Amino acid sequence: MKEGEQQRVPLRERAEWSDVTPLPQNDGPNPVVPIQYTEDFSQVMDYFRAVYLADERSPRALALTAEAVQFNSGNYTVCQVRIKFFRLRLFLFISSLLQVWHFRRLLLESLKVDLNAELDFVERMAAGNSKNYQMWHHRRWVAEKLGPEARKNELEFTKKILSVDAKHYHAWSHRQWVLQALGGWEDELNYCTELLKEDIFNNSAWNQRYFVITRSPFLGGLKAMRESEVLYTIEAIIAYPENESSWRYLRGLYKGETTSWVNDPQVSSVCLKILRTKSNYVFALSTILDLICFGYLPNEDFRDAIDALKTADMDKQNLDDNEKGEQQNLNIAQNICSILEQVDPIRTNYWIWRKSRLPLSA
Amino acid sequence: MGELATEKHVRYILSVEKRKDNFESVVMEHLRMNGAYWGLTTLDLLGKLHSVDVDEVVSWLMSCQHESGGFGGNVGHDPHILYTLSAVQVLALFDKLNVIDVDKVTSYIVSLQNEDGSFSGDMWGEVDTRFSYIAICCLSILHCLDKINVEKAVKYIISCKNMDGGFGCTPGGESHAGQIFCCVGALAITGSLDLVDKDLLGWWLCERQVKSGGLNGRPEKLPDVCYSWWVLSSLIMIDRVHWISKEKLIKFILDCQDTENGGISDRPDDAVDVFHTFFGVAGLSLLEYPGLKPVDPAYALPVDVVNRIFFTKEGLK
Repeated sequence: MKEGEQQRVPLRERAEWSDVTPLPQNDGPNPVVPIQYTEDFSQVMDYFRAVYLADERSPRALALTAEAVQFNSGNYTVCQVRIKFFRLRLFLFISSLLQVWHFRRLLLESLKVDLNAELDFVERMAAGNSKNYQMWHHRRWVAEKLGPEARKNELEFTKKILSVDAKHYHAWSHRQWVLQALGGWEDELNYCTELLKEDIFNNSAWNQRYFVITRSPFLGGLKAMRESEVLYTIEAIIAYPENESSWRYLRGLYKGETTSWVNDPQVSSVCLKILRTKSNYVFALSTILDLICFGYLPNEDFRDAIDALKTADMDKQNLDDNEKGEQQNLNIAQNICSILEQVDPIRTNYWIWRKSRLPLSA
Repeated sequence: MGELATEKHVRYILSVEKRKDNFESVVMEHLRMNGAYWGLTTLDLLGKLHSVDVDEVVSWLMSCQHESGGFGGNVGHDPHILYTLSAVQVLALFDKLNVIDVDKVTSYIVSLQNEDGSFSGDMWGEVDTRFSYIAICCLSILHCLDKINVEKAVKYIISCKNMDGGFGCTPGGESHAGQIFCCVGALAITGSLDLVDKDLLGWWLCERQVKSGGLNGRPEKLPDVCYSWWVLSSLIMIDRVHWISKEKLIKFILDCQDTENGGISDRPDDAVDVFHTFFGVAGLSLLEYPGLKPVDPAYALPVDVVNRIFFTKEGLK
């Protein structure tokens, strides 16, 4: 337990709650599981049920909901396995707390509470545990009520969370909502650049970057952004060619325009550059393979670079200099697949499948 | 490589329901409906569903139903679409779908569909593709898919498709294996898999396998047993499961077992829980591990249960 929590006074010993009879959880006629809450939490919930059923819209009820939801935050360390349990979050809500959050919103409305104070409350909670669907949903409800005046605050709040966990799914999701509902797009591309500078492998930041260049009302859309984004991405790829995210982003920049992708010399030359380094070339090879499948004709430089990657024991299609055009391209594509089968053994079957599906014209 | 410690996992699951003194039991209290689904489905896949008193479970489950038709996570809790699906799935396991008022459950779910085709999780309006899957899966089990606007529901899911072939929680949201399962599952159930870029998505999904053999949910994240379900079921639904190394994944899941006390954890040597035990066993079932009942990748129920729902007289009503 953290410091300060030892002083917590149980509800049944507090004067302001002496008129309320706590209401224990009813597990139904034949409880399959007689489960026991830890004592403190169970007591708070007993009082909550009493207040909830009486529909008591009072400041003390509001304070009680705060106490209850904090049990689900890091402010209250139930035991050391807590952290692990938050991994369960994807499909989970804590259902009785669902009710607490709901009731809290009703109270906020009835009591006309200053919603900025509520944002502060959520922020304090998030400092303990920010991976809680209900908290984020609650936060959005409050921000929506406040409208554009909440914009700055919300962008700052998510930034703070992302500074601790830059791939925080809830925080990104909230941030995207803020941008779309309340605005604030102006600095977002710079923000993505900043995060990618810290960690170029951050797929969430790449996703946000794509979100911004395709949806920001200020940037003119994908086509307008392509030229500068291709340059940015190629630089990122050259720095870390093993980065799945940057390669996918590069492909995404040509969404719906495969022909421009195949014909853009920037794409093929970055591949060649990586192949020639002979290290971390899996994505470069697979990109070349995709390009060939869409009609790209690799020149001699490519053939040499790919040949240089072949190992002695490889089941290779020997390139006959007399073969021209289609047959030669097919052989190159087959060689690429053979190399990938070897250097990416966990996905061998995928590369074998790719080899079996090569178009004859490749 | 060890073997699946079936007996121990059965004992572990039965014990989770009885223990009172640890944090897991406290958490499970609030997720009892989900816990029931995970635990009971695991027991069924292991061939041990008969060790449970059906009437007891069903009577508790029915007392979790709210007047709106939705189910809560436990008695007296607010209804949510998440618990409603778990409740319907548990009833399906026990072949007890006849105890619910289908129209009532259906109208609860129908009421959660929004104008754009998406679904909210409850009356408070949070929107997420998880809820689209839940609504579609639940209504399909109840033979009431025609009560929602399927075309719009599918359109919304497709609007969440990303350039990497994956899906996020809302349009523009990052691709995540959990959300991909939901979207692909919903598209499979509605017969709309032709809208998935199967090769592109399949490659993204098979890139999720890391050296240890385990699967992660997003690039550069740690592997976790629960993705054995989300990634694997998606790969099966789009017919690309042969692209990953099954042997290595089986080994990873088996390495996450607590071979002394039963249960499966997220990663080797971590503490076990019922959630990961379910996803581990269900993952092994998808990998055709011997001795396990086959599980349906879209409905997340044993195949014989799904067949009973759709291919028997009672199922067809």
